Amino acid sequence: MTLAMERTAQAERPLVDVRGLKHVYGNGAGPGLVVLEDVNLKLKPNEIVGLLGRSGSGKSTLLRSIAGLITPTGGSIAVSDMAGDDTAHGVAMVFQSFALFPWLTVQKNVELGLEAQRVPADERRKRTLAAIDLIGLDGFENAYPKELSGGMRQRVGLARALVVQPSVLLMDEPFSALDVLTAETLRTDLLDLWSEGRMPIRSILLVTHNIEEAVLMCDRILVFSSNPGRVIAEIKVDLPQPRRRLDPAFRALVDDIYARMTARPAPMAREGNFPGTGLGMSLPHISTNELAGMIESLAAAPNNGSADLADLARELQLEADELLPIAETLQLMRFAEIDGRTIRLSPAARRYDAADVDERKQIFARQLLAYVPLAAHIRRVLDDRASHQAPARRFRDELEDFMSEPRADETLDAIVSWGRYAEVFAFHEDEDRFSLDDPA
Amino acid sequence: MVFISSERMNAGLLARFARRRFAPNRFDLIAFLLLGGLAVLVVHGARQMNLPLSSLHNAGVVLDPARLPEYALRSTLRMFAAIIASLLFTFVVATLAAKSKKAEMIIIPALDILQSVPVLGFLTFTLTFFMGLFPGRELGVELASIFLVFTAQAWNMAFSFYQSLRTLPGDLSEVSRQFGLSTWQRFTRLELPFATPALVWNTMMSMSGGWFFVVASEAIAVGNTTVTIPGIGSWLALAIERQDVVSVAWAVGAMAVVILLYDQLLFRPIVAWADKFRFEQTASEDQPRSWFFELLRRTRLFRRLGRPFARLAGAIPRPRLPRLRPVGLGDSAAGRWIDRAWPWLVAAGVAWAVWTVVRYLAANISLHDALTAFGLGLITLFRVLVLIAIASLIWVPIGVWIGLRPAWSQQIQPLAQFLAAFPAQVLFPFAVIAIISLRLDPNIWLSPLIILGTQWYILFNVVAGASALPNDLKEAAGIFHLRSWQRWRDLILPGIFPYYVTGALTASGGSWNASIVAEVVSWGHTTLKAHGLGAFIASATAAGDFPRVALGVTIMSVFVIALNRSLWRPLYAYAEKYFRLD
Repeated sequence: MTLAMERTAQAERPLVDVRGLKHVYGNGAGPGLVVLEDVNLKLKPNEIVGLLGRSGSGKSTLLRSIAGLITPTGGSIAVSDMAGDDTAHGVAMVFQSFALFPWLTVQKNVELGLEAQRVPADERRKRTLAAIDLIGLDGFENAYPKELSGGMRQRVGLARALVVQPSVLLMDEPFSALDVLTAETLRTDLLDLWSEGRMPIRSILLVTHNIEEAVLMCDRILVFSSNPGRVIAEIKVDLPQPRRRLDPAFRALVDDIYARMTARPAPMAREGNFPGTGLGMSLPHISTNELAGMIESLAAAPNNGSADLADLARELQLEADELLPIAETLQLMRFAEIDGRTIRLSPAARRYDAADVDERKQIFARQLLAYVPLAAHIRRVLDDRASHQAPARRFRDELEDFMSEPRADETLDAIVSWGRYAEVFAFHEDEDRFSLDDPA
Repeated sequence: MVFISSERMNAGLLARFARRRFAPNRFDLIAFLLLGGLAVLVVHGARQMNLPLSSLHNAGVVLDPARLPEYALRSTLRMFAAIIASLLFTFVVATLAAKSKKAEMIIIPALDILQSVPVLGFLTFTLTFFMGLFPGRELGVELASIFLVFTAQAWNMAFSFYQSLRTLPGDLSEVSRQFGLSTWQRFTRLELPFATPALVWNTMMSMSGGWFFVVASEAIAVGNTTVTIPGIGSWLALAIERQDVVSVAWAVGAMAVVILLYDQLLFRPIVAWADKFRFEQTASEDQPRSWFFELLRRTRLFRRLGRPFARLAGAIPRPRLPRLRPVGLGDSAAGRWIDRAWPWLVAAGVAWAVWTVVRYLAANISLHDALTAFGLGLITLFRVLVLIAIASLIWVPIGVWIGLRPAWSQQIQPLAQFLAAFPAQVLFPFAVIAIISLRLDPNIWLSPLIILGTQWYILFNVVAGASALPNDLKEAAGIFHLRSWQRWRDLILPGIFPYYVTGALTASGGSWNASIVAEVVSWGHTTLKAHGLGAFIASATAAGDFPRVALGVTIMSVFVIALNRSLWRPLYAYAEKYFRLD
């Protein structure tokens, strides 16, 4: 294959070269939120690279910086084309939400990028139809996006990106808005086209929070930490394509990545993986039902109190991104302990599992007040005041000293729902205040 | 305010409206003063032209039914000229406001105030101004009429476009940037389509309100002269002068036919067409339908006729517009200089406006006048509030009853929209005849006239709200056997509340304008007059007393703004916070 030889010949020169990238969100006032810090990435020809991390790890920001949609605060990004007379050029992006124009037909949507490049109408049409054909959309040229299923819509998004013949295809969680079966079909189709060299692209950069998806598709995986986003591991995937999920080597790799994603950075405080300590801890809004559900499935057979995180995710049909915050909240309240890739229930959790509704609330209240500093703080303030009331604004302001406004909101939401469940305090949304009294 | 499609209440739009501040802030004050200064300048300029009003050309209108189609057509053309002007204004001004922070600072509060100004009061000024531009020609009067209709229509359209531009879907915006769309492509592919449904709805609402102003602007009495241009409005004025009941009936009929045609041939087709631009990824179940639109789409002839135009449009070279940056000139040295000087420029403008207004007021108006006008304003305010309350008591139960029965609401809804568009003053003569012959007190019995045309907004919004009540909630209410009052309190009233507020706000705004024509009405040589700010403005207009007209209009604007900020906006915010169904 000439194409393959060409590809190897140029393998040395990166298509995308990111050096020392740093990005800070904020309007200049205040310290701002560091989403990316010192990120380096070289994307070589002929590889699929996955960016894997939890929400808030800045992987989408990195992708958007490469796409030119965001100007990063610091560092450099160089996008170069293949040497020689290669027609592929630049980058194109596929979006998680498909980002199709609902008022344009499939064909017009695909033509969009060509129109922007002022490609003449005839050639535009020819190339568009070829891309539609390639991606398996023939017959749908005149359909509007709202007439298509999710999978077909993402095919349109893919065709729209491919038709401009980019050398690098950027994909931002392209399958996460699809149901499991559709996502699988689309992944397989994409890998087929890729391995047969039928797409004009030379490289793919894929953002995902689905570990199995990354292992299934990528030649190389960069694992990101959150707050701020840094590359904490680079994993080469040497398994031959097509990869099978049941292959022991595949499972071992997935488990290994789970362990890396839950690994605590060395100097972290006992509070666990949440950024910040004490009152300034940023909490995820996990419902008490999810916490209870996780405790129950861990306590039940075959887990009997401990499980491998990756197995648990499969059992509960949760992605790493969804599972880990629940597990870590349990850990924070000492309902469980995470050790590497294993999660183990504590005695408190076993008591909780066996208890009835009222006892459960009491156990939860004890753990909440003992181990979540903010909850204890709010309760203390309410106890101290003669009126047993306090405006929520006050706590929100305290939180905003430590974290951004949206995070402060989420943290307070989490505390409200846990506190309500445990009946340690009441919250009145219309007046935005906490109180001790229960609704009579 | 921005009209929110009552057929499909857009929670997002409502939220955006509600989030805008209630209390007048300094920008409102700045805009209000600047506009006041400008108005004084225009009035002053108009007076300088010093035209003897008797020199105004009077087009001969004859009460011959054979001429009525021509008059109806001319009224309609005025309406279309105004709507085209409004669209152009919208595209330019709203785009400017959305893309430049500095322009936004002035434009948005200005639009907000302009839409609260009872423009009908300004008719004398605009007439004199345009007559000054085209002395002795009918064109001046035509333009004055069109300008009046324009000022009644443009603001909410511009608002709606601005809001759409500010809320473009993030991912589509990213796609446009990633593929490097030019400014023109971005406008035609993203901004315009996305804004279309809200803009179409607002344009239609504007036109629906516009008939009132078209009719009002065709026969204007200034001093002893009545200036007329051929149209349904001038026909009506002549019929009233001659006490010709049959001709009034003809006008009612003609107006009904015009609005019916407009509804069937324009409104519905365009709403049906605009449905394709709704930003939803799923097909909706209740698509708006229009037989005329279907006809156009199906007719082979029309498609054939359209093809050459499409080809022609494709062949037109797309202009390469410079890329507009959202920040404007921010980066260059000149840009920084302007940024720094901007607040001072605005301050200078305000200082000038204050000086102009104060000088004008001091020279022409006494404190006594101002207090009188304010007192009359309170009377009219009372009238508006009482009538809105009465209309609500009547139409909310009826609207809910209709809305809960789909078969009925499909029939009634177009009728209510038709009635809302119908210029109520065409019907005034019948009421006046009744009041005269029964010797009723005009202070009380003229009052219903100000809500005659606007009450229908309450009805059709409530109908829309009741039909949008989610089925599962209705079923839940049925399963638990909710008693009648509980059903109203917990299901129906919260469900229709946002819609009701929209309707009541529109009705209230329209009523202030209507008070100018409804508090003084005549039949032949008999004139009935009710105490109120509307009558004050109407009398000052008839007397050609510019300062008092200006005073009346200013005070009315203040009342309208105060009512919006202290009543309607908080209600909107409340609806948004507690009664959103999603």
